[in-house]
Amino acid sequence: MGVPFTPRANIIMTICLGTIACVVTSGCLLWFAWPYSDYERHVGWTVEQPVPFSHQHHVAGLGLDCRFCHSSVERSAQASLPPTFTCMTCHSQIWTNAAVLAAVRDSLLRNTPMTWQRVTNVPDYVYFNHSIHVVKGVGCESCHGNIAAMPLTYKAKTLTMQFCVNCHRDPGPNLRPAENIFDTDWHRGPDTPGPAALMALYHLGRRNLTECSICHR
Amino acid sequence: MRCAWPLHVLPGALLLLAAGCDDMSKQHKENPYASPRSAPADVAQGSVEYHDTFHPAPGLTPALLQRGRSEYQAFCAPCHARTGQGDGMVVQRGFPAPLPLATAPTRSATPEQLYAIITSGQGVMYGFAQRIMPDDRWAIVAYLYALRRSQQATLADMTPAQRAIQP
Repeated sequence: MGVPFTPRANIIMTICLGTIACVVTSGCLLWFAWPYSDYERHVGWTVEQPVPFSHQHHVAGLGLDCRFCHSSVERSAQASLPPTFTCMTCHSQIWTNAAVLAAVRDSLLRNTPMTWQRVTNVPDYVYFNHSIHVVKGVGCESCHGNIAAMPLTYKAKTLTMQFCVNCHRDPGPNLRPAENIFDTDWHRGPDTPGPAALMALYHLGRRNLTECSICHR
Repeated sequence: MRCAWPLHVLPGALLLLAAGCDDMSKQHKENPYASPRSAPADVAQGSVEYHDTFHPAPGLTPALLQRGRSEYQAFCAPCHARTGQGDGMVVQRGFPAPLPLATAPTRSATPEQLYAIITSGQGVMYGFAQRIMPDDRWAIVAYLYALRRSQQATLADMTPAQRAIQP
């Protein structure tokens, strides 16, 4: 009895099977990894806003503290976007004729809020609370990146669950002394208390921070 | 002819699986910044907050002064400068310069008057009632006194230990 298939048919079959295996494997990888990619999470994309607000100018140039505009960040789940009133604290006197600020003046005149677009987001089933992070020593920069270097604001970190859980497993290295929470481009210095000392200072490490219900209600 | 049992179970199982095809990252719950209708509105000047009450000054403690320093540097320093001289960065960019805090009339103002100015503003200065909590406003008032005293300190104000330190 002879060989049932010619060598040529065998090669074609092997190539076909190999290709199918490759396509299935890469398809699965793409299916699972794609939603967590920086591209899909829009990391580094600027978002179009009603006014091209520059954090670089206001934070690095003028030295404004985060809380000057995001004033509820220490006591509320939301850092809060500033109402037009906050913008007009200064812009009632400075750049009063600037065309770029027309939307702000219109907003005050018509008493309609500005609609800022969200830059940093987590899914709706995540109950993120700004105040507890700020009070427990997590700097704004840890999640929002170096805002002072952003002429137009973009999302600096993926903010996937892995990003959150990495820090919740071991918060120490990401903690800062209370006076440096709002600093941008802050780095640990020789006088900075170590991660363990900061954990003790903020009374961390007593509760399991990776419990599901900490973030998902 | 009877069909095999998977044919009974499979459609149901697939339907159940399909029920999970929902993007839960977007849910029907209030998103305060999603629309102009629900975005934070401005509070008219001079209006009283719901359930607002009288806020007496808290006790003077080092913690209160530290809080006052932090709040002063966040909210006041852009115009009044960290020294209180009134030449902050926003003033350098064209905002009308305020009077130095260590001189009259701020110098002669009572704590209650300073608190009222922080709350509802004065002249071209907007009120900060929305942004600074009552206790923090009192903390800033306390810090203003500390700031003024630090700038007009005399040798007699220093403790013997402080005097011993060579500059």
